Amino acid sequence: MENILAQAKRAAEEAEVFMVSAEETPVQFETNRLKHIQSKQSTSAALRIVRQGRLGYASTTEPNDIQNLVDNAVATAQFGMPPRFELPSPVSYPQIEVFDPDIESISIEKMIELGEELIAMVTSHTPDIVCEAVVTKGTISFQIINSRGGQANYRKSIFGLGIEGSLIRGTDMLFVGESQSSCHPLTQPKTVAEAVIQQLELAKNRASAPTKQLPVIFTPWGVASALIPSLMVAFNGKTVLEGASPIGNRLGQQVFDPKLWLWDDPTIAYRPNSRPCDDEGIPSQRTPLIEQGAVANFLYDLQTAALAHTKSTGNGSRGGGLPAPSPSALIIAPGKTTLDEMVNDIKEGLIIEQLMGAEQGNILGGDFSGNVLLGYKVESGKIVGRVKDTMVSGNVYQVLKQITAIGSEARWVGGFVHTPHIYCPSLSVASK
Amino acid sequence: MTNIEAIGHQLAEAVKGYSADYIEARLEESQRSHITYLGRELESVGQATAVGGNVRALVRGGWGFVSFDSLSDLPSRIELAVKQARLVGKEESKLAPVEPIVDIVSAEIDKNPLTMPLAEKKQLLDEYNALIWRTPKLQTSIIAYGDSHKKVIFLSSLGSYIEQERSDVILRLTAIAAEGSEVQQVGLSLGSRGDFSSIQGLHQQVEQMAKHAVELLSAPQVKGGEYTVVLDPVLAGVFVHEAFGHLSEADFVYENDRLRQIMVLGKKFGSSKLNIVDSAAIPGLRGSYKYDDEGVPATKTYLIKEGELVGRLHSRETAAKMKEKPTGNARAINYRYPPIVRMTNTYIEPGSASFEEIIGDIKEGVYAKNWFGGTTSMEMFTFSAGEAYMIRHGKLAEALRPVVLTGNVFTTLNNIDAIGNDLEMNQGGGCGKGGQAPLPVSNGSPHIRIRNCLVGGR
Repeated sequence: MENILAQAKRAAEEAEVFMVSAEETPVQFETNRLKHIQSKQSTSAALRIVRQGRLGYASTTEPNDIQNLVDNAVATAQFGMPPRFELPSPVSYPQIEVFDPDIESISIEKMIELGEELIAMVTSHTPDIVCEAVVTKGTISFQIINSRGGQANYRKSIFGLGIEGSLIRGTDMLFVGESQSSCHPLTQPKTVAEAVIQQLELAKNRASAPTKQLPVIFTPWGVASALIPSLMVAFNGKTVLEGASPIGNRLGQQVFDPKLWLWDDPTIAYRPNSRPCDDEGIPSQRTPLIEQGAVANFLYDLQTAALAHTKSTGNGSRGGGLPAPSPSALIIAPGKTTLDEMVNDIKEGLIIEQLMGAEQGNILGGDFSGNVLLGYKVESGKIVGRVKDTMVSGNVYQVLKQITAIGSEARWVGGFVHTPHIYCPSLSVASK
Repeated sequence: MTNIEAIGHQLAEAVKGYSADYIEARLEESQRSHITYLGRELESVGQATAVGGNVRALVRGGWGFVSFDSLSDLPSRIELAVKQARLVGKEESKLAPVEPIVDIVSAEIDKNPLTMPLAEKKQLLDEYNALIWRTPKLQTSIIAYGDSHKKVIFLSSLGSYIEQERSDVILRLTAIAAEGSEVQQVGLSLGSRGDFSSIQGLHQQVEQMAKHAVELLSAPQVKGGEYTVVLDPVLAGVFVHEAFGHLSEADFVYENDRLRQIMVLGKKFGSSKLNIVDSAAIPGLRGSYKYDDEGVPATKTYLIKEGELVGRLHSRETAAKMKEKPTGNARAINYRYPPIVRMTNTYIEPGSASFEEIIGDIKEGVYAKNWFGGTTSMEMFTFSAGEAYMIRHGKLAEALRPVVLTGNVFTTLNNIDAIGNDLEMNQGGGCGKGGQAPLPVSNGSPHIRIRNCLVGGR
């Protein structure tokens, strides 16, 4: 790595090397039984340079082929954007625990056992369900060095436990699923199985939805599938800088319901999306995004922050090219209302667990529209069954402007969102 | 860059010496470049190279798979794959028989876009961006250009040794218009097998796209409900991919008795006018190849013929377990993944209706155009249009906000009651499945009309 930096410095004014090495072992189950064990090793090095005042970028899986990497970066630098930022000098990083050595002591046999237990719990509840499951463990190491002496490195462990079940009766299909992840080994499949069993219970009966405006409760998974995609784009500093965020010029203003609090937090110990620094070596911080319904901040990497005349929030993230702003983990603060209280409050309404296709609309404008893949009908304060062939449409900014209640219990969904239930007074529902 | 041919020849010998029912390996070297614009400025330009490989082993029906960037100590990788497969395997290995193939497929039909100077690519993108920015009220734009060239060596314990090269070009343009807190966007996606000229000369389309984004600011949103919907060839291609293509992938079906009953050959899905095909054997499209990633020759597969289910897409394992012929549809996005059953070039065959005939007798309906996205859960699917218009009394009327359409595969295909004569293949899409995305595919269709289609709206 030092050699790459040294050689790059001979061709460029500034240089930064970012290296990731990972080992991952997914154990996969299909049709309720063990099917596939994989082992994946990967190494990649990315080089960012400033040459004659312009940014160049190249990456490789062969870090020893230094000349090729440097040449590729130099070739792109004749067209690159001028950097508006300085690479970070040496800084101290917060102590954030993201590596648990216990991961390494979990054997493949133990992972097989966990997957089998998980499937057995679900199939003993519903014998004719067909499950796919995956138990994954992995370790990733990150290293950054730059020509200003900045350097960072850390190691992360990841463990995941997930299951998806399909229940087919005639041409009627029901899909249920749950997944959990942590930097610790997850050795209690029961909590995952229980979530799936609860879905199966609620979906036992069928109910029909009318075509009209109805109150809707989004479960944590529902919040993640319907509402989060728009918020992620809107709070991205790059969207704001381009003037394409509907809330970009409303910093400090009340845009959402005063009950709503949202922040980005990469500092929570042993969470897979936590880290001591971002992919540019900027120390991690907790960044408030919505405080009491008011827009508090946007998320920035170095370049976007410089162009916007502000500071990086430590959200520089690499997805195969130059760093760009991206949330680490989005947290919505829990409220005061239990799920039972929300349900009791509804005369006729829906609970949305999975909205399929919600991210395909105009998410920049906050519009979402999707098929209720998993959702339930509420009648006179009771959950009466599953709804199908139903579309729910709305706009995130309208929905979150007036929230009836926020749930008192929050949970992790999809590894990077921690949210309670959100209860909204009225959404457009269309059904066959 | 490491010479993968030399390693390939060593590996071809090595895979024969293990006690497994079957072993295969892939080695891959690739180069990619990308140029992106955000707003008026070129934002990012970069080049990447990758070299790596994998070994997959089958023992008593269980699979082990090992992928790696480091090409040293390959015997230990093979051993690990075999050991993993042995941990899994408890039954009998079943793979449809194929002849061992030794072949070198050079990228003759492909042009390598990586050899073209970055400056020439930038020149074209600059022209498009200038056109976008001539549009008043435009807020911002995104242009994402990417190209790649790769060489893949496939070898197996059966004695197959296949070298294939392919190139890929993709261009996505998005124009974003804003006014107050209203934000609207319109996109355009194009692609080809490495031929840069396929993305040249689109100036008029690009200008139209930017204008449409601005028009949408004042467009109404459709009222949610059931409509007669007419899809243009691009969107109908996405529809056939989502609504039916995924359901015909045999890996969803082969070990699931209930699904096998639903997807029994001969089952009626649509009217006798409906024919759906998947074919990697058509040369020159983004989903085309000579051999799949299990070394099986590509075929043309009818999925639906005259409304009836007549075929499905297979890997060697799904074909053997369903006692059907392999179709050469096992694909991996790159060497970090095992091959799984995927679509290639999927399309509805053309019928005889003209566009005027299709919309002529619609009193109130929706004309949905252009691809935005799509997804499926097998039974249910959604797909979204980049553009939409009301149809009133047989004529196109006012522009609408983009719409999301949804349906149930077991009823919606039956509701297709008109098929146009104007088949077009769309090369701008990518498909995701099992964490492998975006896989180059193409979709196509003529204009089609669907009765009673559920449209989301206010």
